[in-house]
Amino acid sequence: MSDIEQRVKKIVSEQLGANEADVKNESSFVDDLGADSLDTVELVMALEEEFDCEIPDEEAEKITTVQQAIDYVNSNLK
Amino acid sequence: MSKRRVVVTGLGVVSPVGIGVQSSWTNLVAGQSGITNITKFDASAFASRVAGEVKGFDVSQYLPAKEARRMDIFIQYGMAAAIEAVKDSGIVVTEENAERIGVSIGSGIGGLQLIEDTDAIYQESGPRKISPFFIPGTIINMISGNLSIMYGFKGPNVAIVTACTTGTHSIGDAARMIEYGDADMMVAGGAEAPITQLAVGGFAAARALSTRNDDPATASRPWDADRDGFVIGEGAGVMVLEEYESAKKRGAKIYAELVGYGMSADAYHMTAPNMDGPRRSMRNALNNAGLNVDQVQFINAHGTSTPLGDANETNAIKAAFGDHASKLVVNSTKSMTGHLLGGAGGLESVFTVLSIHNQISPPTINIFNQDPECDLDFCANEARDMKIDVGVKNNFGFGGTNGTLVFRKI
Repeated sequence: MSDIEQRVKKIVSEQLGANEADVKNESSFVDDLGADSLDTVELVMALEEEFDCEIPDEEAEKITTVQQAIDYVNSNLK
Repeated sequence: MSKRRVVVTGLGVVSPVGIGVQSSWTNLVAGQSGITNITKFDASAFASRVAGEVKGFDVSQYLPAKEARRMDIFIQYGMAAAIEAVKDSGIVVTEENAERIGVSIGSGIGGLQLIEDTDAIYQESGPRKISPFFIPGTIINMISGNLSIMYGFKGPNVAIVTACTTGTHSIGDAARMIEYGDADMMVAGGAEAPITQLAVGGFAAARALSTRNDDPATASRPWDADRDGFVIGEGAGVMVLEEYESAKKRGAKIYAELVGYGMSADAYHMTAPNMDGPRRSMRNALNNAGLNVDQVQFINAHGTSTPLGDANETNAIKAAFGDHASKLVVNSTKSMTGHLLGGAGGLESVFTVLSIHNQISPPTINIFNQDPECDLDFCANEARDMKIDVGVKNNFGFGGTNGTLVFRKI
């Protein structure tokens, strides 16, 4: 598991109160990990904090799974 | 139709003298002060540096971490006390009764710590860093809201805000809802977490707080000649109120009956008290209870340890009870807990009920030199075994809002 993947999964698990084992690459925040709309806003804020970046709202809306978050960080991290 | 009777069937406490009813009550009867120097922030620049802090509170005993971190600490305290009270009452929520169970838990100030923290984040990093949970984490009705979600209580869901009378009004109004038929059970009380820089600074600016910083344990000294202001405190007190027949039917443990509730306004001054408002609050409560003054043995007073307030309440008790005032035992548990503001009425109502249930008046500690202007029996410094058929609970708040509850042994 890459460093970024690990960090993303750790944040998802912390923010959504899910067991790390349940946080899989294909997991959907809402459907699989029980997030609601406020949870996902807070999750994006936590990713911004962790990776010191700004995720525009229109991009944030497209991040609905763990893999999408990993991909976003990978392709946008300076 | 005769009035539906309301009884107390569950109690819960988070307080500066203990977490949980048992330990809080034991410490209270032992006359133990919960007041220390402020540890929650660096108070060195503040005029008042003493407070009744809750010690060793572990929110994970009550709530999942994910939910807890989105709630200001006042909500966490309120939830913890409510969870204890619900557990104590033994009520089980079913499809049949869910709509008949409500919540009325208020706060005077709400989530000030989280407001201060969020403002600091905003000032530093701008609006994008404001949490989506900031509003639901700070607004006052979120103890009632979160509790209803946790248990499925679908009845009335309210949160009263009346400064230091909040808890008293929350319980009184909840009882009315049961009497009137809106609910059969209500979880009611108050919570506060005001040991923050702005709240302590604000009350200190109003010259309301004790500055006895070199001796925290004796800073709260109601009716002592050398009292110099109240000591700010935090925590929550919650009780389960229940319609009498419903409680009897399910074989619930009944601590006391809530027989009277009175309210009034001073219509006088924003912060200074006035004698007639509290007097009328007590009279209204006794009238509502249908009791004569000589049927009352005990008062858990507002008793904040302010120079004006303590003398004023003494005079108001004398005006309300006449000659019988000298036969009353009047106690201030704030001498040990400090003043929980909107949580005070909740916490002290629980203590009033426990006084009746155990037939004990806790002491008013720190009366070293009783103010001659305050010449009632304040149960100075030692708890007392006594017969209590009827106990009265007073609270008065900024704005000149007063509330009185009357509890009776059953």
